[in-house]
Amino acid sequence: MLYSITLRISYKYDSPAEVGRHVLRVLPLEIPGQQNVLSAELTCDPQPSETCTRRDFFGNTCTEISYRENQERTEFTMRAQVRRHQPEGIFDVSSRRPGFRAELSSQMALGPLSPYHFLPASPRVPDHDGIARWAADVADGADTAFATVDAICRALHRDMTFDPTATLVDTPVAEAFALRRGVCQDFTHIAICALRSLGIPAGYVSGFLRTLPPEGQARLEGADAMHAWVRAWCGKDMGWVEFDPTNAVLAGDDHVVIAHGRDYFDVAPVKGALRIAGGQSTRQAVDMISIEDPSWA
Amino acid sequence: MTRDTLQDAGGGSDGQSESQSQTQTQSQARSGRPAEAAGESPQERRAALLRDYRPLKGVADELMDAAGNIRPVWKPFLEELSRLSPEDLSRSTARGSQYLSDAGVFFRHYGPDSQEEREWPLAHLPLLIDSEDWSRIASGLVERADLLERVMADFYGDNSLAAQGIIPPEVVADNPEWLRPLVGVRPASGHYLHMLAFDIGRGPNGKWWVLGDRAQAPSGAGFALETRMATARSFADIMSRTHVMRLAGFFRSFRDALLGLRAEPDSRVSILTPGPLNDTYFEHAYIARYLGFLLVQGEDLVIRDGQLMVHTVGGLQPVSVLWRRLDSAWLDPLELREDSQIGTPGILGALRSGRLTMINAPGSGVLETRALMAFIPRIARTWLGRDLAIPNIATWWCGQKNAREYVKANAARMTIDTALSTSLPFDHGPDVIIGGKRADGSAIDPEWIERQGGALAAQEIISLSTAPALDGDKLTARPMSLRVILARTKEGWQVMPGGFARIGHSAESADISVQRGGSVSDVWVVAPEMPQDDTLLAASDGRDRLTRHAALPVRTAENMFWLGRYTERVEHKIRLLRAYHLRLAENGQAGLPLTDYLAENLKFMGVDVAEPMPSGLKLDMQSAMASAGRVRDRFSSDGWNALTDLTRTAEQVGPLLLPGDDVARAMSVLLRKISGFTGLVHENMYHGTGWQFLALGRAIERSWATSGMLQIFTAPWAPEGAYEAAIEVGDAVMTHRHRFSRITRDSVLDMLLLDDANPRSILSQLNEILSHLTRLETLPSTSGRPHVTGIRREVMKLQVELSVAEADAIPFDRLSEIATATAEFSDLLADAYLR
Repeated sequence: MLYSITLRISYKYDSPAEVGRHVLRVLPLEIPGQQNVLSAELTCDPQPSETCTRRDFFGNTCTEISYRENQERTEFTMRAQVRRHQPEGIFDVSSRRPGFRAELSSQMALGPLSPYHFLPASPRVPDHDGIARWAADVADGADTAFATVDAICRALHRDMTFDPTATLVDTPVAEAFALRRGVCQDFTHIAICALRSLGIPAGYVSGFLRTLPPEGQARLEGADAMHAWVRAWCGKDMGWVEFDPTNAVLAGDDHVVIAHGRDYFDVAPVKGALRIAGGQSTRQAVDMISIEDPSWA
Repeated sequence: MTRDTLQDAGGGSDGQSESQSQTQTQSQARSGRPAEAAGESPQERRAALLRDYRPLKGVADELMDAAGNIRPVWKPFLEELSRLSPEDLSRSTARGSQYLSDAGVFFRHYGPDSQEEREWPLAHLPLLIDSEDWSRIASGLVERADLLERVMADFYGDNSLAAQGIIPPEVVADNPEWLRPLVGVRPASGHYLHMLAFDIGRGPNGKWWVLGDRAQAPSGAGFALETRMATARSFADIMSRTHVMRLAGFFRSFRDALLGLRAEPDSRVSILTPGPLNDTYFEHAYIARYLGFLLVQGEDLVIRDGQLMVHTVGGLQPVSVLWRRLDSAWLDPLELREDSQIGTPGILGALRSGRLTMINAPGSGVLETRALMAFIPRIARTWLGRDLAIPNIATWWCGQKNAREYVKANAARMTIDTALSTSLPFDHGPDVIIGGKRADGSAIDPEWIERQGGALAAQEIISLSTAPALDGDKLTARPMSLRVILARTKEGWQVMPGGFARIGHSAESADISVQRGGSVSDVWVVAPEMPQDDTLLAASDGRDRLTRHAALPVRTAENMFWLGRYTERVEHKIRLLRAYHLRLAENGQAGLPLTDYLAENLKFMGVDVAEPMPSGLKLDMQSAMASAGRVRDRFSSDGWNALTDLTRTAEQVGPLLLPGDDVARAMSVLLRKISGFTGLVHENMYHGTGWQFLALGRAIERSWATSGMLQIFTAPWAPEGAYEAAIEVGDAVMTHRHRFSRITRDSVLDMLLLDDANPRSILSQLNEILSHLTRLETLPSTSGRPHVTGIRREVMKLQVELSVAEADAIPFDRLSEIATATAEFSDLLADAYLR
């Protein structure tokens, strides 16, 4: 599937703010065999004094920008054309849970794909006893790694209510779990926490999801938001598998990846130090159009 | 009342004992009075010193060999010590303590609800080590330092140690000190590590063991130096006759090495401190002052196009070498801890661009990990094909089954604690297990070790050797460890020939933590021949001049400026309070219109005259102290002590005072003390850029306070006696009497506003401000400062007006305009130099 994607993130400040330096992770990732980026560009308004692009530890594209003058508003716009391939049918060739640990021990290199980065607690996903108990309960009977991931993500979809008003971008995992409410970020963090407690390496994927409008209604431009899902390591034969717990589906050709990380800390689309006297407001809009499918054009 | 005086055995009042001690100290310094005079022969004294000295069985001792003979390196020292009477000895040790107290040496102790400053706990007696023994230590630690450099390069390179199974991947991947954003970032200097410290101890067989590796931001170099200075005060004579290796050469080599790492000759070396609340801030300030490097905080720094810059009063200036005393995680809120308020956004980018060298490269804290010590022997054998000359204490990581089983079977002779902790072996967390038991005495369950697995590491308990410590006037054996400091220079690693030793507070406990009551000894490396005398000041190649025009960080300039303002404000308030209480003393509580008028105006300034030592005054003193505390690297210890003394006196006498004469006299005492401070600052301090800001603060505050006072005291409605009060507060009584036959509004304005020969007049302040501005304008500027700054324009306008004005031509309204104009000087100065 070929997509044309526009992401617009804008900030308005009550008084001119010392915007300083920011790191943006908004450009889609080139993943051989999974997605190809045909074109991608990021524009910043106003024009920053400095711009530099590099890759981070996990291979994501980071754009570092800096402003010398104070700003009343900033707007970052990303436009890309991305081809996403439908994954082939997935067969559970993951390792059985009793032998999983030994299989992990054979993966000693510490490159960006090493499962070892995704087992310990990370900045936004600390260990949590309550989630661990819930996970042990849910995974009881799942005898392979893949079956476990599947069980956890489906159970989350069953037990959690999608509710954009319940949590904020910095709501701790424990709080969202206690509420059993939240958005894709909360679903993903809880899934990561649950899988790690079961000894399955799990990380965070940020990206875009094409949403289908209700039947008979037109698609609304910009109605979409950025999305998040989980990536779990299912043994050396099966490798990394992406699962979307918010929708209880495997990530497929509706999902376009921007960045991989241990949790939101590693992939936040905008990170920056800001000095401001008054308040600020922010707006995010995503527009994801399938170019090849005429019914959405 | 506590006083920082010499200890004295005799009782009596504080004043007496102080003077007595001083005379005795002087006679001691002149003659080195032998102990025979006190009636005891050196032989008897020696026997008395050693009477209770008992090394423990199965523990090595620094002073005595296994047969109880004094080791050769200690013999001459012990002879010398035996010639001192107990009184001499106590005076010697008191001199050392006095030095530390005068120098203001402290470390910050973090308690549950306090962050008090504690004096550096000097153990007085040095620890002597034979230079041959020392050179074995030195070469062993250099070998270890080289190995750690390679381990660091591997962790931040291709991680072959993990890939080849030499260390478990978890020890790296789970480690909070392993910083992923730094992986692949090659240091511009070619090396990751430039300064290391090792804590080492001697085991029962006499061999040295490494107890801990310090690689994050090792502290101790400055404390070692101060400990040396203090011990030299105590035992100057003995030291001059003992061939003690000097420390200064080490510092000079390291300073030259840092200067040599700069990318361009006009860029700077700076020391990055977390700030005055850090436990070793004293050392940061001290080292910065000693080496002549700029002391900066994260907020002073900014990244411009990949280059690290420091905000100075002359604009942005490049920094290409940063000696960080800040733990890595706090360096950059963009890529590391987001909640860091003490970092600099984007500073990791400057490392990536290769235009900044950090001492040490960020992420070096990973080398301090306890569990890593379990694998160092294996790494050494793999890479070097041999064991290290100085091994670290045996360590087991419980994430591996074999090690875990071994630990379960041998827990009785181990400590078990958090695997990824970077604490030293003697700085355990609350959950430590020692000899198989928890802190509350309960035994541990082997199943618990099994469950915790890789979260735990165990280390063998070793009995540290004992060293002589002074207990009253006798020697006693106490456990000890050494901190040895290494610095990378052009010639490779150099080992500081000395350092300091931690001495335990009791013979039984191996607890040598300074935070928990241990003390610290100077380490004398004793050579067979007298080493070359060698101080930092002696060497002088052209580069030493670099620091003369050292740029001043904006934050430092601001603190200097406010220190000047607050001390002047304190002085002004003291003078007003004295004037008030003198009138109260003369007239009683009768409610004279003038006393009420004074009280009302003091109240307007936040001072309540009903309080004998008003909180509004003490608050200003505290603000002055706070400003001074933030720029301690700019100050002599005398200046700091004078300020501390002022604040302490105000706190102490405050509650005892009665209104009237009593308070007036107390204010006179405070006035003398604050004059002592300003005298030190203005007579003795180097008139560099920092001082210009301090002097500007004082002059601006004084012009503002004096114009406010003139407005009030010469107002048409001011009560009888107000003119006299103004002249008194303006410290111009004598001159006024000489120049004028009677006091009038015009004579007051003439003295305090227009007379440029009166150092307290407003015109004098304006002249002074202009002369400081002239100096500042010669500074190189990168910030595009206008040719005529706003502050110069406004000050000159007023200065020209007052230079030619006559007192009778200045109406009351004009006075209030002058007060308003002076109130704006602060902002105008900030616009030109502090933004």
